[in-house]
Amino acid sequence: MDIIKPAVAGTMESSDCQVTIEPGNGGIELDIQSPVIHQFGDQIRKTILETLKDLDIENARLTVVDKGALDCTVRARVEAAAYRSVGQKDALPWGGAIR
Amino acid sequence: MINAVGRDIPEEILRLTGKEVFQGNNHFDGYEYRRQAPKVKCVIDPEKSKLRSSIREVLEACGIKDGMTLSFHHHFREGDKIVNMVMKEVHDMGLKDIRLCASSLGKAHEALVPMIEDGTITEIRSSGVRGEIGKVISEGKLKGLAYMQSHGGRVRSIVSGEVKIDIAFIGAPTADDYGNCSGIGGTSDCGVLSYAAADADYADNVVVITDHLVPFPNMPAQISMTKVDYVVQVDQIGDPAKIATGAAKPTSDVRKLMMADNCTSFVINTPYFKDGFSYQTGVGGASIASAVALSKIMKERGIRMRFGVGGLTKPMCDILNNDQVDCLLDTQDFDLDAVENVKHPRHFYISADEYANPFNKGAVVNRLDFVILASLEVDVHFNCNVVVGSDGVLTGAQGGHPDTAAGAKCSIVITPLVQGRIPAVCTDVTTVTTPGESVDVVVTDYGIAINPRRQDLMEAVKDAGLPLRTIEELRDIAYSITGEPKKVQFGDRVVGIIESRDGTIMDVVREVKEFSFAE
Repeated sequence: MDIIKPAVAGTMESSDCQVTIEPGNGGIELDIQSPVIHQFGDQIRKTILETLKDLDIENARLTVVDKGALDCTVRARVEAAAYRSVGQKDALPWGGAIR
Repeated sequence: MINAVGRDIPEEILRLTGKEVFQGNNHFDGYEYRRQAPKVKCVIDPEKSKLRSSIREVLEACGIKDGMTLSFHHHFREGDKIVNMVMKEVHDMGLKDIRLCASSLGKAHEALVPMIEDGTITEIRSSGVRGEIGKVISEGKLKGLAYMQSHGGRVRSIVSGEVKIDIAFIGAPTADDYGNCSGIGGTSDCGVLSYAAADADYADNVVVITDHLVPFPNMPAQISMTKVDYVVQVDQIGDPAKIATGAAKPTSDVRKLMMADNCTSFVINTPYFKDGFSYQTGVGGASIASAVALSKIMKERGIRMRFGVGGLTKPMCDILNNDQVDCLLDTQDFDLDAVENVKHPRHFYISADEYANPFNKGAVVNRLDFVILASLEVDVHFNCNVVVGSDGVLTGAQGGHPDTAAGAKCSIVITPLVQGRIPAVCTDVTTVTTPGESVDVVVTDYGIAINPRRQDLMEAVKDAGLPLRTIEELRDIAYSITGEPKKVQFGDRVVGIIESRDGTIMDVVREVKEFSFAE
């Protein structure tokens, strides 16, 4: 999937995370802020990278403002931001690229 | 050196503080020592006035100088104006190396941050710190150490002479010009002055600051004129509306109500729940809901409480108003209903010494049947952390947590299993404040765990149909939701110590380090 335009998913509410995705400069660039960065920073990063891999995204810049979201939420927000970025609203690959 | 809760206390910190490591709750039982005595400047001449016109004038009268220890009490909680008022003057006078001995510090005191950074304040002793103050200490900006003390432990440190207070400041809602002061009757009432009592007894200079000067004699006086050197009148000592900041309102959160139900069901199935029992509860939503539920069951079963202790809130005062308890013993009021209830004839003021000091001849906490507490984290050893956030930053207060937990026959900690993404039940707490030997039961929204040390409690509730689990099971459920947390990455420098109530070292708090991702 090629990221075309900037897109956002998620909120700044507690237990959510807000993901902003933009076209990258030839790779994956991650900026993660989280109140639980010490305990779960590596886990959040791993979840985001896995999700991008599943979506076949290799060139994107992501800014993630986490508010203590669980992995399933992080994943869902990354997926939503990616599909918004390419403007795809229908025929989403449930059970495929979207786990 | 490894202490009784398995924490390694660096030798350099033991040398620096002259302290020992924690060796168990009752290690000092029977210990003999002589209490310290303060300097007394006699007032014999009846013509002499204790009134001074400003904070500056009173500081000069007390002979303030670099390196002195100043003490404060926190009954106004987030509405306190005394600390900032005095410290601004101290700062303006260019004083350095001040040791702050406060019963607690909160978000109301963020004006102290630049004074920590510029060396005006170089050591802090307090029940806890929140907000920006906690942050700058954790960033290593306090030159000396932050000593986090329990309410009882603070009194011990003053009475034993470990801390020598040069000037004590007492914010008094009412006072007369001779220094008799009280927590009620004025325009900024806080109810009681319990934490200031030891300061008045043991400080070399005692200054009363009031915004409501009343004609002599201001009786009954919670703190007597015989201990007071000076009285200063100011515009406002505190904002009582902010006393209730952080205290819970009756909750409709179903998760908290479920925890409250679990807690109450546990309490009533123990052998201690009988006519004449005693009880203390905190200010969390679940704790409050549990007090309300308990009062209903007491009524149904015709069971009467002998005494309630606190840290008081409206639900506890309601139990007194409904005549379901013989008396309340009060060290602090968490809301304005409790402040108002101080006027009830069976609502008694007690000092922090009477409440919780382990180094006197027996404190109220030792006579408690139940205490209901909260915790940021509790681990599989039942150790609790109430001072350091899961991000490693100082952000809470010991309060009476370790004191009541050590004293009560049945100490119950209520916590949601998961808070945000933080598992409240974990393998090892970030920092130990209350040792597991004091904690009997952990109540969560996913079940109740009883400390294996308390086989008697396990036996007592085994047929009560409660959702019992082991503490390890609770942790595993928590980790299955959040994932297993990694340990906070700390720097090397020790910025604070968690002082056990007996003055030994329970744990140390290190400087926080910026997080770096694993590769």
